[in-house]
Amino acid sequence: MADQIIVASDLSRTSPTSKPVIRLENVFKTYDLGEIQVQALRGVSLEISEGEFVAVMGPSGSGKSTIMNILGCLDRPTKGRYFLDDVDVSGMSKSELARIRNRKLGFVFQQFNLLSRTSALENVELPTVYAGISPDERTKRAMEALTRVGLADRAGHHPSQLSGGQQQRVAIARGLVNRPSILLADEPTGNLDSRTSVEIMDILQTLNNEQGLTIVLVTHEPDIAQYARRNLLFRDGKLKRDILVQDRLVAQDVLKSLPTVEQQAAEDAEEENQRLAKADAPV
Amino acid sequence: MDFMNTFRLALRALSRNKMRSALTMLGIIIGVGAVIAVVSIGQGAQYIVQQGIQAMGTNAVFISAGSNRAGGVRQGYGGVKTLTMDDLTAILKEIPLIKEASPALSNRQQVVYGNQNWNTQVTGITPNYFEIRTWPVQAGSAFSDEEVDLAANVCVLGTTVEKILFVDENPIGKTIRIGNLPFRVDGILESKGQNVTGQDQDDVIFAPYTTVQRKISGITWLQFIAASAVSQEASVAAVAPITSLLRERHRIRNGDDDDFLIRTQADIADLQNQTQSTMTYLLGGIASVSLLVGGIGIMNIMLVSVTERTREIGVRMAVGATEDDVRRQFLVEAVTLSMMGGFIGIIFGLIGSALISNLLSWPTLISGKAIIAAVIFSAAVGIFFGYYPAHKAAQLDPIEALRYE
Repeated sequence: MADQIIVASDLSRTSPTSKPVIRLENVFKTYDLGEIQVQALRGVSLEISEGEFVAVMGPSGSGKSTIMNILGCLDRPTKGRYFLDDVDVSGMSKSELARIRNRKLGFVFQQFNLLSRTSALENVELPTVYAGISPDERTKRAMEALTRVGLADRAGHHPSQLSGGQQQRVAIARGLVNRPSILLADEPTGNLDSRTSVEIMDILQTLNNEQGLTIVLVTHEPDIAQYARRNLLFRDGKLKRDILVQDRLVAQDVLKSLPTVEQQAAEDAEEENQRLAKADAPV
Repeated sequence: MDFMNTFRLALRALSRNKMRSALTMLGIIIGVGAVIAVVSIGQGAQYIVQQGIQAMGTNAVFISAGSNRAGGVRQGYGGVKTLTMDDLTAILKEIPLIKEASPALSNRQQVVYGNQNWNTQVTGITPNYFEIRTWPVQAGSAFSDEEVDLAANVCVLGTTVEKILFVDENPIGKTIRIGNLPFRVDGILESKGQNVTGQDQDDVIFAPYTTVQRKISGITWLQFIAASAVSQEASVAAVAPITSLLRERHRIRNGDDDDFLIRTQADIADLQNQTQSTMTYLLGGIASVSLLVGGIGIMNIMLVSVTERTREIGVRMAVGATEDDVRRQFLVEAVTLSMMGGFIGIIFGLIGSALISNLLSWPTLISGKAIIAAVIFSAAVGIFFGYYPAHKAAQLDPIEALRYE
């Protein structure tokens, strides 16, 4: 049976700006491991427009990590072309790609990847260091970014003094500091508990809604993918499904329905009591 | 990325692990400190030696019989018999640059006073020798020219001989036996201490050369002539005329070697200087080996640091650092480490040399050249040993680096 591909690109043209910031044309990626050749991507074509919020999903080996590497200009396609903001970046040199990453892309990683023993402010400043701007301007931009994620008051803290959620927020601020057009997030909630994960999705949704930031996020959790507006499903190096999310989750609402930390503690205590009561009950 | 920026970032990176940075610098600190200390102390020693040589008389010219160059100032006893009093008279007469001259011939003799016994060098001179050698008499007086004419049995003792023969007694006017002959002690010389080759200069007795020639040693030729020129420049200028005069008098043919050796104060000073500075640089060179070791230490630590910071490097690349940026960063870190170590080493070296010089009562001489060399060396060590780790860091693949555990 032929694979069903539901193409959402026609539908996405109804969004406010239909300018494609990302366009992949028949992209192949092959890894040469001596005797074996691994085809990580086999002819992927897609378009992502400005202001979209896309989740990339797929099992291990599906090519989702590879596509993120290519979108992030960390890797080059073996065949095919990648247009970022209408510029063909597929043949660019390493240093040209580095410049592109610095100016146009923001990265958020599963493991935060903050510099230890360094203040949040300095962490957020990191991309500006390679952008050739003055130290004063760098600090200013970093503080702006931290304010956008609500951590201006923690600017001097080191990662060891911040919770997981706060660390990820610092990482998001770092991703935003050079005012990129696209934020690429690789399993951003992978190392966070449920409540914190929703808080992070809330920030991402806010950035997407209010500032029109294009967000591409990789996840293996279907729940998280529901926070995006569009899902791309990869399998065996091909794009299998491209769908608009139905019944999208709005993080704000989800947060209201989640118990707070205090309520959670009270619930746990109640559970414990009940369990003990059962254990003591006469047989 | 401008330099001040890079430097500040390097400092931040190094201060993230202060202990490790400090330990890494230790090699350079010790290396540079050792070199600075050794060179400074060496120069202090040189200065002391120079002073000692100066104390021998700056206008002095020494003409020794025999051309063997063994041992610097020490005269060989080789059987060259051609240097004579007539030579001395000729020199005084024909070379106006030379002001004074004294003959000298030595003989080892047993000397006795009471029940004290000693074997020492008895040197025959004319009393102007003491002036030429800037060697004053501290008690009594030197013998006179008349006594030289008369070949009188008089003598002047060095302080070592005095202490051994007379212990606490006043030696002036007393009679000692040199060989088997009685000699009256006229004076005691000031102490000169050890000479540059380690001999005790105070272990000596001076007597009129006439007495020594006729009554003690029986030889008529001289072992050396001690002369003083009218000035320091004159002492150097006198060498050529003395040479040609003596060659003529000794009938030495063209192309044959001199049968004498002329040394001016300047020559002696130079020789000692050369020897000392060779020693100093040799020691400095050995101390530099520890600089090399320090550099290797830096390379090792930087390699470890690069490995540990693999993910950090991946992140830096992801947010826009180029290979050059990364390479420059780690290179600057390495150079910062080595130069900071260098500066601290210089300070420690100077303190060390000041302490040791103080202990030995030597002047503390700071070699500006050594300091500049140390600064340049530490920078070079940083660049050389930091390059390979920096290169490794720059060559990392960002995707692999981000995945690194």
